[in-house]
Amino acid sequence: MLDCTPKEVIKRSGGLINPAKTCQPIGAMYAALGIHNCLPHSHGSQGCCAYHRSHLTRHFREPVMATTSSFTEGASVFGGGANLKTAIKNVFDIYNPDVMAVHTTCLSETIGDDISTIIKSAEVPEGKVVIHANTPSYQGSHITGFSNMVKGMVEYLARADTDGKKEQVNIIPGFVDPGDMREIKRLVGKMGIKFIMFPDTSGVMDSPMTGKFDMFPAGGAQVEDIRDAGNSSLTMALGYYASSTPANLLERNCRVPAITLKTPIGIKATDDFLMTLRSKFTLEIPYELEEERGQLVDVMTDTHHHFYDKKVAIFGDPDILTGLTEFVLSLGMQPVHVLTGTPSGTLGGPQGIFEKEINEMLAAARLEGRVKAAGDLFELHQWIKNEPVDLLMGNTYGKYIARAEDIPFVRVGFPILDRSTHPYLPIVGYRGALRLVEMISNALLDRQDRDAADEDLELVM
Amino acid sequence: MRQIAIYGKGGIGKSTTTQNTVAALTEMGKKVLVVGCDPKADSTRLLLHGLNQKTVLDTLRDEGEDIDLEYIMRKGYGETNCVESGGPEPGVGCAGRGIITAINMLETLGAYTPDLDYVFYDVLGDVVCGGFAMPIREGKAREIYIVASGEMMAMYAANNISKGVMKFADSGGVRLGGIICNSRNVDNEYELLKAFAEELGSQLIHFVPRDNIVQRAEINKKTVIDFDPMVPQADEYRTLANKIDGNDMFVVPRPITQDRLEELLMTFGMLDSL
Repeated sequence: MLDCTPKEVIKRSGGLINPAKTCQPIGAMYAALGIHNCLPHSHGSQGCCAYHRSHLTRHFREPVMATTSSFTEGASVFGGGANLKTAIKNVFDIYNPDVMAVHTTCLSETIGDDISTIIKSAEVPEGKVVIHANTPSYQGSHITGFSNMVKGMVEYLARADTDGKKEQVNIIPGFVDPGDMREIKRLVGKMGIKFIMFPDTSGVMDSPMTGKFDMFPAGGAQVEDIRDAGNSSLTMALGYYASSTPANLLERNCRVPAITLKTPIGIKATDDFLMTLRSKFTLEIPYELEEERGQLVDVMTDTHHHFYDKKVAIFGDPDILTGLTEFVLSLGMQPVHVLTGTPSGTLGGPQGIFEKEINEMLAAARLEGRVKAAGDLFELHQWIKNEPVDLLMGNTYGKYIARAEDIPFVRVGFPILDRSTHPYLPIVGYRGALRLVEMISNALLDRQDRDAADEDLELVM
Repeated sequence: MRQIAIYGKGGIGKSTTTQNTVAALTEMGKKVLVVGCDPKADSTRLLLHGLNQKTVLDTLRDEGEDIDLEYIMRKGYGETNCVESGGPEPGVGCAGRGIITAINMLETLGAYTPDLDYVFYDVLGDVVCGGFAMPIREGKAREIYIVASGEMMAMYAANNISKGVMKFADSGGVRLGGIICNSRNVDNEYELLKAFAEELGSQLIHFVPRDNIVQRAEINKKTVIDFDPMVPQADEYRTLANKIDGNDMFVVPRPITQDRLEELLMTFGMLDSL
């Protein structure tokens, strides 16, 4: 299928082939779903909204509710103000959410619609809120969009209205699956710390089958909790690209100190996460978590020969990659190719952290590898042709490269469109790391079994 | 059918010059369509004896996409057909997209009938985005006239517009037909503009002197020919119309550098004081 990818890498000045990212509004829509009783609204043409909803549904296998401003030729000439005002009225009349989370599209951004002014002049029913995020897709990626929508939550909702700060922590989980958010909440809960997680898509994008349709499932961060986030004594932003900007905004607006950490994928990042909580809130780490860590170390030791010196190529979203790269290094593997489609620096966001951070990890492990932000899968495929790997890790779009090069493939990240269950199960925390170990070793050992001659097929591995 | 686009710095007199020239062309028996490509919708005021209240985009907004040509096309002085594209109010929406929509709509509705001798596009100020280049994109206007004066900024704008024309010259086949000087009574204006036009590789097709009759006619919502056909200024527009009708010099302009432009101004602007 990808037989024509040439080995020789020629410098390209423009264009991407098989991008390793998607639109800002997808991230914004996903973030908005992490507020309880919130209806995401796409301010643009109908096609944008339809695509973003279906893309999320393909990954989560859950219905995604969202409305659109339904731009026509007229709206693109005269601006989308009238459409948005009508939409706000209709949405509250018909669907009655607590929050309407508007994100823009390329078209409305190019026209230059002034969303906050339109919202101010619209009729919003008493007690309801309309928030917004500017999400032009020609800038950044779905991760930028996620970050921008969380920024919108902070800007519109969070307020500092108590005298002192409360003994509670805000957690911005980043663009991870609901299973991951559940796991992060479990870890903080086990530490015995009061927390506010926003956005929180658990209970929304992994909601149970009850036999009854709910336009707004039971989960999601409560609006009053997000408001109260301005009174917390600490914000932990998990993932530079998805979470640091909103955390910094919260610090600026409400003087809540912000700490940005890696998404807690793998043993080191999870250690960092728990140790930071421990030091900030002066608490002991409970035995249960120590036990989980010990189990992980045990498994890593038992199976290190499965992983040692295996070369791996990883692609996906920058925050996930940082944790994954660190973890495969912990397993003794060599991450020789690490690529994200999200640009390293985004306007108003983090600048150039991705490549620097991965390169530092590789240098610390005395390895050399190819690392790139704003790359594409065509280039990753070319890298693999030049330096073959034993394993490919990434979202579903990697399956074509895996087939073309006949390499084992572990699906991780967003989107996974051809397998299920992943939204329910974490890759974060010690449990998540255990799951990653299982996925990686299954892929590697299945391949070894497949390729073994009859006389070499091992019973015990 | 000759399709002509008029460009030039804002406020230089594009609409006035266009309408007066069109009036002269109709005197010669020509059938003309004027398309105003400015959200202000004031490009056909003199021909229609008042602003056209039904622009293409207003109609699109009020009536939807199912509209008839007679809604938007009005008969003006000398049986000219007058259309205003219109656009959003200042500060919102996308005026450029408006021009694209309006011109596409005119094509669909069959405004470009074979009996037309001329189509004039009166385009606002600078070519700032794709929408304002719409009249010179493929299959539309092949001829461009730039209205300028001896003032520095008017020439600067004219030079910039030439850069745009050069860009579209290969793909759309558009050519510069000449510079029209709408005089501001600047020192050595004629010589300066003539030299400037020649530097661009084009010609100063006509020098329209300044005359207060134009303002008086404008106050009366009329072209000069309509207001008082006997005044000398009416003959100036007749001459311009004749020159455009007989024009055979169409070039790809060679925009000049800022330094060269300033040199020209020094050479001609300083002559009198020496």
